[in-house]
Amino acid sequence: MRLRRKRRLVRAARKSSDLRPVHDRTNRIAARDILLIGTIRNEAIRLPYFFDYYRDRGVNHFLIVDNDSTDGTAEFLAQQPDTSVWHSSVSYQRATYGVDWTNALLRKYAGGHWILAVDPDEFFIYPFCDTRSIRALTDWLDNSAIRSFGAMLLDVYPKGRIDAVPYRSGQDPLEIACWFDSGNYTIKRNPTYGNLWIQGGPRARAFFSEAPEKAPALNKIPLVKWDRRFAYVQSTHMLLPRGLNQVYDEWGGEKASGVLMHTKFLSTFTEKADEELIRREHYGQSIEYKAYAGTLKSNPDLWCKWSERYINWRQLEIFGLMSKGNWA
Amino acid sequence: MSVGIVLLVHMALDRAEQVARFWAKAGCPVVIHVDRCVSKTDYNQFVSNVSDIPEIDFSRRFRCEWGTWGIVAATRTASAQMLDRYAHVRHVYLASGACLPLRPVEQLQSYLDNNPRTDFIESVTTADVPWTIGGLDIERFNFSFPFAWKSQRFLFDRYVALQRKMGRRRKIPEGLVPHMGSQWWCLTRQTLSSILNDPQQREINRYFRRVWIPDESYFQTMVRRHSEQIESRSLTLSKFDFQGKPHIFYDDHLQLLRRSDCFVARKIWPHADRLYHEFLSDRAVEAHQTEPSPGKIDRVFSKAVERRTRGRPGLYMHSRFPREDWENGITAEPFTVFQGFSELFEDFENWLSQTIGHPVHGHLFAKDRVHFADGQNSLNGALTDSATLRDYDPTGFLTNLIWNTRGEQQCFQFGPNDNQAVNWRIAKDPNATVWIISGAWAVPLFRSGQNFGDVRKEAARLQRIESAHIDVLQSLWTKARVRIWTLADFVENPMEPLQLILDDIGPMSDHRLSEAPKMVNLRGFGQFLQNLKNQGMQPYLMGDFPIHQLPELDMQEPTRPYLVK
Repeated sequence: MRLRRKRRLVRAARKSSDLRPVHDRTNRIAARDILLIGTIRNEAIRLPYFFDYYRDRGVNHFLIVDNDSTDGTAEFLAQQPDTSVWHSSVSYQRATYGVDWTNALLRKYAGGHWILAVDPDEFFIYPFCDTRSIRALTDWLDNSAIRSFGAMLLDVYPKGRIDAVPYRSGQDPLEIACWFDSGNYTIKRNPTYGNLWIQGGPRARAFFSEAPEKAPALNKIPLVKWDRRFAYVQSTHMLLPRGLNQVYDEWGGEKASGVLMHTKFLSTFTEKADEELIRREHYGQSIEYKAYAGTLKSNPDLWCKWSERYINWRQLEIFGLMSKGNWA
Repeated sequence: MSVGIVLLVHMALDRAEQVARFWAKAGCPVVIHVDRCVSKTDYNQFVSNVSDIPEIDFSRRFRCEWGTWGIVAATRTASAQMLDRYAHVRHVYLASGACLPLRPVEQLQSYLDNNPRTDFIESVTTADVPWTIGGLDIERFNFSFPFAWKSQRFLFDRYVALQRKMGRRRKIPEGLVPHMGSQWWCLTRQTLSSILNDPQQREINRYFRRVWIPDESYFQTMVRRHSEQIESRSLTLSKFDFQGKPHIFYDDHLQLLRRSDCFVARKIWPHADRLYHEFLSDRAVEAHQTEPSPGKIDRVFSKAVERRTRGRPGLYMHSRFPREDWENGITAEPFTVFQGFSELFEDFENWLSQTIGHPVHGHLFAKDRVHFADGQNSLNGALTDSATLRDYDPTGFLTNLIWNTRGEQQCFQFGPNDNQAVNWRIAKDPNATVWIISGAWAVPLFRSGQNFGDVRKEAARLQRIESAHIDVLQSLWTKARVRIWTLADFVENPMEPLQLILDDIGPMSDHRLSEAPKMVNLRGFGQFLQNLKNQGMQPYLMGDFPIHQLPELDMQEPTRPYLVK
């Protein structure tokens, strides 16, 4: 395991040469700042809301890798005073789907900081997020000597055709995609890394009902008190050293946890799926996108009679999709 | 007469300053002890910030590592300074920088004036407290603790283990009975000064220097020697979680704190602007004298601890994934499994559903698809009827189903033709009730009219599976409630078991068995079994089924109204 971790770090160091700093504002990072890190490709339309959302909740600095965007993403990022931007024109796939870049940047800038690793379509929900900032959460985690905080990826979707309501820049995506599956998730333990492997939800139901083992993983560990020696292994699904993956209780209790609202299924999705299909840059030869393209052409509605409409984090906690743990 | 505040501060100096100003403004002298770990520049800044208020003093600084004597030394010095400098102080209140006064100081003042001789300090003997951390209770007093728990954990643990092995018992100074309690107290001048000037204090202090967490035991023990009247509770609201760390209050606790009527609460999150704003601003003093009643807050926090340690039964999620047998509730709620009933009765599910008044599922674990009640193709939580998805994680499917339908009792059919992967889980689950008519799977075979060679093979297979299932249900580890009838016994007198089942499902409501379900025509079944035997297959799960017709069975059709009483 140590070797694997070292390998990841060496790989990250090697791949960091792909990254060309565009706006390096990392000297503005203060000692206790909360950092957000993400890789972005052609997401200009989502960015205004994304940045507002996380600034409101207390993220102090954004570390962004721009993977060769052509739609104005770069221009938007350039105007953000609290954002450092790197550019890479190299394949996302060759950088282990961006993990190598993330690891390289985190190693360099994030030691001793709480970091939040999310994609531009993921919105972090945590207990009391309507009244307490992320800083309150990280202070509490520090106090309880907890180094990592798990969140499940919860796919949200609109009712009706995915492309029926066009998404406007700056809009809360949850206004359109506000439905989710509340209780059809399967969980397995990954004996190698000690993390949980979660599948299910609308994607498993609609696209992978004949091959559930291929359904995308929904377990994520996005919030970590970073140390230079840490490394993400596969997307943000798991980390090394393995102790960081122990974000769940095995003796019946509940640890505190959150949810990442995954607002992938908006009007912007169909073009994206077509593009990704041509690029073949995603996991497993974009098997996921192939499945989407097939199903979405014939029946682009993920909504079903038992879909639940998102209200707030307390509702998610009642459904058992997240937990307050002993944070009260 | 006045109350003096001793304030122990080690972080968030800006908040401490705010609180100190608040006390001072209300006429309470304040002596502040700042941990030596705080840097000199920060300390000096703090001192100069409050230099405009003469009633705020600073005491000699000690290093306060958690669990060591430093905090007691700091408290002693600061208290002595308070008593020396402010002769009009009658009570001394010990608070920390993260404490927030919830009620106007006048109310605390008059509360103390009404109890002029009372010492408010939680003080109980070690045998009576359940909350000690690390299993150290009386050992705190019998062992010595030269190593710090936080920074020298390894040595700390080794040394404790060694002393345990040696059966060490330190000599407790004469006249002391070890007591423990919350660190935050409010003592009268009289008691406090006799503690500080105890004739034996050299010996006692030397002893407590090596006691574990003396700040929770020094004053609590000494007060038993010197106090006239002890009220064993703390005036400071302070809750601890299951690891012994104090719970923290945030802005959203405002109403809860307000209604608690406690005088002081800790710990407050330093960024809880709203709490600091609300409680430290000037408010009209209400005249009423209410006793503190932290009951509601107690409940909120004890629920949090229970959620962390026990969790919600039957929930499997990304932060609660118990190991097998540690689930503390395999499923969320009671459910009932029927095996053999839908084979023996026509349209059993419909009949049962109408009788008990809620939906009854078909074979949830059937090979072709999930047969939800009323032919639905999906269910609560967006569970679909896809057999592939279900078989990817059959036990997860079951626990999800029960979790998603909390509040509605689930009934479903099961049989040897279904996916058997859930058998152990159901058997070990005290929430499960399993009713079985063993051998009833033979009835559809008998009625299928298939080639007899195939029927014989199929019968042998199903019997093997059901027999294995029954072995599981009869094992030592079974916690489910199980009742098994052989087909022969059941057919002989079907009404009694049916009534039993109805009573069991809904003991509350009045499920009178007014109309019996219609049993399928069994004419010739005995001969069918005999034929199987003749082919060399022994059908034993049905019990002793007579070759020739049971006389009653002929009377089956049409539906026979059957009234119990």
